[in-house]
Amino acid sequence: MPESQQKLIHTFSALADIGQEVAHKYNFHGMIRTSFHLLLGSLAIMRGGIARYSRFGNELNFLAVRGLGDDFPVSASIDPADEKDFLDAGMGPIEVSQAKMFIFFQRYQPIVEKNGIELIIPMIVHDELVGLVMLGEKASGEPFNSADQAIVQAMARHIGVGIYQQNLLAELERKAEQNRRLYEQMRLTYADTVRSFAAAIDYKDKYTEGHSVRVGKYSELIARTLGWSDERIEGVAVAGYLHDVGKLTVERNIINSPKRIDAKESAELNKHPSVGYEILLPIHHPYTDVPLAAKYHHERLDGRGYPDGLRDEQIPYIAKIVNLADSFDAMTTNRPYKSRRSAHEVIEDLQRNSGKQFAPELVIALCEGMLDELTGGSDEKSFRKLLGREYMEVEGIIPMLKNALNGINATSPLTLIASE
Amino acid sequence: MSINLEVEVPREGETAVVYANEYLNRIAGERIERECRDKIAAGCSRLLVSFRDTEIVNSIGISILLGVIDAASGANAEVVFTDVNADTAHLFESLGLSRHARIETA
Repeated sequence: MPESQQKLIHTFSALADIGQEVAHKYNFHGMIRTSFHLLLGSLAIMRGGIARYSRFGNELNFLAVRGLGDDFPVSASIDPADEKDFLDAGMGPIEVSQAKMFIFFQRYQPIVEKNGIELIIPMIVHDELVGLVMLGEKASGEPFNSADQAIVQAMARHIGVGIYQQNLLAELERKAEQNRRLYEQMRLTYADTVRSFAAAIDYKDKYTEGHSVRVGKYSELIARTLGWSDERIEGVAVAGYLHDVGKLTVERNIINSPKRIDAKESAELNKHPSVGYEILLPIHHPYTDVPLAAKYHHERLDGRGYPDGLRDEQIPYIAKIVNLADSFDAMTTNRPYKSRRSAHEVIEDLQRNSGKQFAPELVIALCEGMLDELTGGSDEKSFRKLLGREYMEVEGIIPMLKNALNGINATSPLTLIASE
Repeated sequence: MSINLEVEVPREGETAVVYANEYLNRIAGERIERECRDKIAAGCSRLLVSFRDTEIVNSIGISILLGVIDAASGANAEVVFTDVNADTAHLFESLGLSRHARIETA
């Protein structure tokens, strides 16, 4: 094969390889290293460097260098006026002898000349300067002829596209991170608002202080045991926090009555789920079904609940969870007319009402959550914190929970197991 | 990716032999340059790069060999490319590598 033809094939292979490298490499620094080798190797260029321009930092940062002295800077300051000079000059290679007209090179001329740089190629993509390629002498000692210059310019353009893509990606990532932080802030603000609402609801009822917060936490624990995603767990917790929001419109003397309320008062109190739904409906919650949880958290599987007497599969799943969490908290806290029930009584009640008031698989999840915490299957201490250590660790509770779990049929015909 | 780089320890005084193998034409070939720099730093004054198992050399390979030459020239060490086939020898000649390293054909 004639020598010139072989050299031509070698050079064009490098050009083809660099195109592939830029198009297919997802590792930016790997792409730069490989492209730099291809560029130097195409014409056997002894030394050089690839620098990326940072408009924000007003810097040229060298990403790859070969054969340059230790005194060669890894970064160089460059300002918008320099950028304009390069954009005006265009993408063609600039011989160092001509580069003296650039203010940028007047600053770096001694170091550039000392390191034997012969050619400077601005990398310009979509009218933006993305960096510079600097090249030293060829191994042959011959000057860069016009064909050589066309080849290194083409290769530099490919590398420039690679840098431009990376800049776009970095910008996208920066924006995505900004959005993520904004979303996180909004989420925290929302959570704070929800907690404030819960505190306002509970403030109205001096006997059930902290009830809404506890219902939120029990709902969360049940959902966690069911293996729900973090987002859905957060949603059901919010539903728990806000389930009694309708009580804000109920007379304080009804809520705080020290004795059992009469039928009229009871009818007034029983409006709170529907009122809560009306309050929550216009709000754009990040989680679905929060208003429905408020409306239907007093419905029962057997249809004896209120406000609509819905049965089993008609009841939104989230409302079934909040219903269980609400009842569990009512049983395990002191009320004006009733003392808290023992852990044994509560478990018996849950078992007895499984499939009637409560969805069996949710009772199982609640019992499993408690059992896991008591037997060390989980590092959680949530139930202990909410119920008190002595209450939770009462003698005989572990076998009782195990018996309950064995006795509850998760596929009771009354219960529709929600599909994830 | 780890590569099995065959290097003979300095022999005949201060000569080291490095086998280019197929790694030369890939980014993993940078290890050849590092190995040569290490040998030179250890006092080796003559580097033999053997192309016994290397059929072709692409632009990445040329660039890596230029790195070897650069390392050697900084320490006044000699570089010899040995067992080079005819096509590769022509390529080295046309690109000017023969000005910086002695080329011994197979």
